[in-house]
Amino acid sequence: MLIRTKSHQDLTEAEVTDESVFQNRRSVLKRMGFIGAGSLLGGVPAANAGLLDWLSGEDQTKGKPTVSQKALSYTDSSHRVDETITTEHKATTHNNFYEFGLSKSDPSQNAQSFQVDPWSLTIDGEVENTITLGYEDLFSYPLEERIYRLRCVEAWSMVIPWVGFPLAALLKKAQPTSKAKYVAFQTLYDPKQMIGQTSRFLGGGIRYPYVEGLRLDEAMNPLTLMSVGMYGKTLPPQNGAPIRLVVPWKYGFKSIKSLVKITLTEKQPPTTWNLSAPQEYGFYANVNPKVDHPRWSQASERRITTGGLGADKRIPTLPFNGYADQVASLYTGMDLRRFY
Amino acid sequence: MLKRNQLGNKSIVIIKTIIHAMCLYFLMSRFYFAFTDQLGGDPVQAIIHFTGMSAFKLLLLTLAVTPLAQWSQQGKLMRIRRMLGLWCFTFAVAHFYSYTAFDLHFDFLLLGSEVIKRPYITVGFFAWVLLMLLAITSLPILVRKLGKRWKRLHNWIYASALLIGVHFWWSVKADITEPVVYFVMVVGLLSLRWQKLKRYLGSARR
Repeated sequence: MLIRTKSHQDLTEAEVTDESVFQNRRSVLKRMGFIGAGSLLGGVPAANAGLLDWLSGEDQTKGKPTVSQKALSYTDSSHRVDETITTEHKATTHNNFYEFGLSKSDPSQNAQSFQVDPWSLTIDGEVENTITLGYEDLFSYPLEERIYRLRCVEAWSMVIPWVGFPLAALLKKAQPTSKAKYVAFQTLYDPKQMIGQTSRFLGGGIRYPYVEGLRLDEAMNPLTLMSVGMYGKTLPPQNGAPIRLVVPWKYGFKSIKSLVKITLTEKQPPTTWNLSAPQEYGFYANVNPKVDHPRWSQASERRITTGGLGADKRIPTLPFNGYADQVASLYTGMDLRRFY
Repeated sequence: MLKRNQLGNKSIVIIKTIIHAMCLYFLMSRFYFAFTDQLGGDPVQAIIHFTGMSAFKLLLLTLAVTPLAQWSQQGKLMRIRRMLGLWCFTFAVAHFYSYTAFDLHFDFLLLGSEVIKRPYITVGFFAWVLLMLLAITSLPILVRKLGKRWKRLHNWIYASALLIGVHFWWSVKADITEPVVYFVMVVGLLSLRWQKLKRYLGSARR
């Protein structure tokens, strides 16, 4: 048997480890992990990005917003869910924004050079006043913070503090005509900046520009928010900078990002996911625990808040995502199984 | 006597050691990052994808061993097939466990209904059960006991590979390019055994 005795001359691990290496041990480990994973078993594209980051020594910035987000001034509002808020890091690195790549971590990596200023948002169609808003104009409305649940159709959810103003305020200025029944929304189309729009391989095979729609009464509901910020700052690009829609009682894909156009229409406008798979995604897409999506049970959801594996909880999904009091009356008499 | 350019026992031991070390390292490190919240915004989805894709890649490697050994005339390569298959199953267990534990939080009622209701989960579950049967029966004592039947049982690896290809294909929301590429790889590896499969299917019909 080998019995090791320690003499005073023996060096300990700490004495031979350079302090800078010790201080960076997590990042060193992380880099080792990402290079290894990227080279053989990496199933997620992030792993490959990690490999490149490792070679270029840039993995410190990975997943962290590098564009400057400005602090916003806003007032509190009564729209505050009293539930644990998702950490800003998770809400800004776990995004579905196919214009910037298909995996959840792609947008935060691919969107950082996205230009939001100058910007132009037009409100047209069945309105008395066609309005065009420039970048600065987006922040000219009285801003308030609202803490909303966000429920993704993929059965995960978050709680996010948005900063914005009611869509109704904008629409009132434009004055919808008597013909206006629906509101159509459109995301920026700019393949030079949005890699997902360059080919169907990168963009997931959906049609661009991304379009969404609401019924006019849904759009005028006080809950429907035009968001220009989150966590007290302007939106990062991966979350839909500079301006996006937030409809908290509908699945997340209705809350269209990086808006350039809002058109009031007489007929129900086409919507991207409905065009892509009509039997899976309807026009209304109200959160409804009773109507399953073909791929996911919608009866419950995994709430992402903070921490690593095992830290989140599975909770029951509420009708209209918990906003039934404010919005259920919009759908009186409608068969919500048919109009999913 | 050893032919020239034949892999020796030592080379096989080295290859096996490297495979063991890499698989163990990737599995442990990814779970470490997931538990310490260093795997993106949603470590649950990340670990489910990672373990699933790794299991699939290891299955493809397992299926590549025989044709590779024949083509290169390195008979000893066959000795790494079993360990690759067992590592594939290990990752498949981690995949299924991650889904049950971290996504569904051990809601077994929900698990049961998802396996029945969602076609992509149904086929994935069957593929997993097949892999489990093959893993158990790859114990040396059972290999000897099963004799001839062992080979017939282990031909189910081909069905499992096809089911996993379908599982991946159906699980994708929009762009199916990647699953199609993987499916083509499965079909390619099976077509290398076309004669054998034809005989096998023919005898099964009779």
